[in-house]
Amino acid sequence: MKILVPVKRVVDYNVKVRVKPDQTGVDLANVKMSMNPFCEIAVEEAIRMKEKGLAEEIVVISIGPAGAQETIRTALAMGADRGIHVTTDAAVEPLAVAKILEKVVGEEKPDIVLLGKQAIDDDTNATGQMLAALLGWPQGTFASKVEKADGSLKVTREVDGGLQTVAIALPAIVTTDLRLNEPRYASLPNIMKAKRKPIDAKTPEDYGVDLSPRLEVLKVAEPPKRQGGVKVESVSELVSKLKNEAGVL
Amino acid sequence: MSVLVIAEHDNKTLNEATRAAVTAAKKFGGDIHILVAGQDARAVADAAAKLDNVSKVMLAESEPLGHKMAEALESLVLSVAGSYDAILAPASTVGKNFMPRVAAKLDVMIISDITAVESADTFVRPIYAGNAMMTVKSSDKVKVITVRPTTFEKAGDGGSANVETISAPDAVATSSFVSEELSKSDRPELGAAKIVISGGRGMGNGENFSMLEKIADKLGAAVGASRAAVDAGFVPNDYQVGQTGKVVAPELYIAVGISGAIQHLAGMKDSKVIVAINKDEEAPIFSVADYGLVADLFKAVPELEEELGKAGY
Repeated sequence: MKILVPVKRVVDYNVKVRVKPDQTGVDLANVKMSMNPFCEIAVEEAIRMKEKGLAEEIVVISIGPAGAQETIRTALAMGADRGIHVTTDAAVEPLAVAKILEKVVGEEKPDIVLLGKQAIDDDTNATGQMLAALLGWPQGTFASKVEKADGSLKVTREVDGGLQTVAIALPAIVTTDLRLNEPRYASLPNIMKAKRKPIDAKTPEDYGVDLSPRLEVLKVAEPPKRQGGVKVESVSELVSKLKNEAGVL
Repeated sequence: MSVLVIAEHDNKTLNEATRAAVTAAKKFGGDIHILVAGQDARAVADAAAKLDNVSKVMLAESEPLGHKMAEALESLVLSVAGSYDAILAPASTVGKNFMPRVAAKLDVMIISDITAVESADTFVRPIYAGNAMMTVKSSDKVKVITVRPTTFEKAGDGGSANVETISAPDAVATSSFVSEELSKSDRPELGAAKIVISGGRGMGNGENFSMLEKIADKLGAAVGASRAAVDAGFVPNDYQVGQTGKVVAPELYIAVGISGAIQHLAGMKDSKVIVAINKDEEAPIFSVADYGLVADLFKAVPELEEELGKAGY
């Protein structure tokens, strides 16, 4: 079995982003970049499937600027086998990403495409589902558990109110939620080894996909600030304020 | 102009999030139709027909639709999508699951989790976990949108639309429902509750959450938790309030033993009144709280229960 894992390079989740004063976007200059945490979980899950003997090959793909190569190297150091880097400096929307991935799936013929449920920069939560629709494949999104059965996967999904388990026939799309696993750190020898693993250099033109955005960004603004209020001295003061001042009790 | 809203429900009752989506739909102007996809969901369709400003309700029923399977919802919505200028669904785990499939098939870019409708083609949505708000203008012919339920008013009743039964698509052979484990609780649902009381890592263990449950039962509140408390195994994942959990905006949010990581604030900072109880006076939660109490929660929470009792709860 072969697994394709698309990964995205995003602002590190510990960084508090700042909106640019001209409101054209957020300031990405000199900001630490990392692999999107949900993508990391996807890479880890693919490696665990390989370690259990369920998969033979893990191919990692990233669509993005030159720096995305580092993100691919990180995945290779964790244990993926080879990479594909589709280089572009343009901001690529999930629809265009899904269209490129559709072409890549046509070439690579994976049994599973394993992705993060959302990227923590644009928070769209769509690429996996869009790819599934374009391919006509079933999907198991927001996965907290993935089990392989004969020719299918049993995916436990985190849904509002609890958990749902679905069975999906292969080939299929799986998107990861936070509690699926805890990604490993790459060891130094594996980081060294990853430097020799192959990365195919591609461009969006190779796939003939139109990247023009459908959404024009008019403005990126700070959210309304919330002011801190007062400190109360005791529980009885708290209850009295909630009742008489705030009127919520 | 006509707008299709896909109803959120549990096959028995119409979820309040649908009312928020209808309010968002109203801002487009034009007709609003509702699609109820479920199983034995007639009561939901009848409730949807009473919504203010709704002129038609369509009801489609099948086993996969009853389980909200994305593949089935995709084909159903595509079968009726033709005449609409916009298709809206609440940004629940159901909406987030199937709406991008609909968008991809229509060759349009989804607009996720909107918090405001500026015009029929311009919308505001949070990015970076709500640390920035992005205004986007869509050039697509159909707008496929998920709506953040907490930021729109809930549409009231007052309509009397007809309910039309439409046929459900054939079942998809490649995906099937296996099982479901929903948390059983007599308390209101987190997303819909008027009061939410949440515990963090400071709670120490799962048993201590019973202190919060007692207060929740007095106030008719829902119980939530921070990601730290969920990751520590104190409570199940569906309790989680935050960027990666549920986004809530109740009248009153009480944060107990929660430090206030950005992750958590993203999920509750739109609450009307925020109360924080924490023994660390430097905790970031106090910077967003309307009322902060620096105290040991193991003393303050039982005292709160007692004071509420005195106040008639």
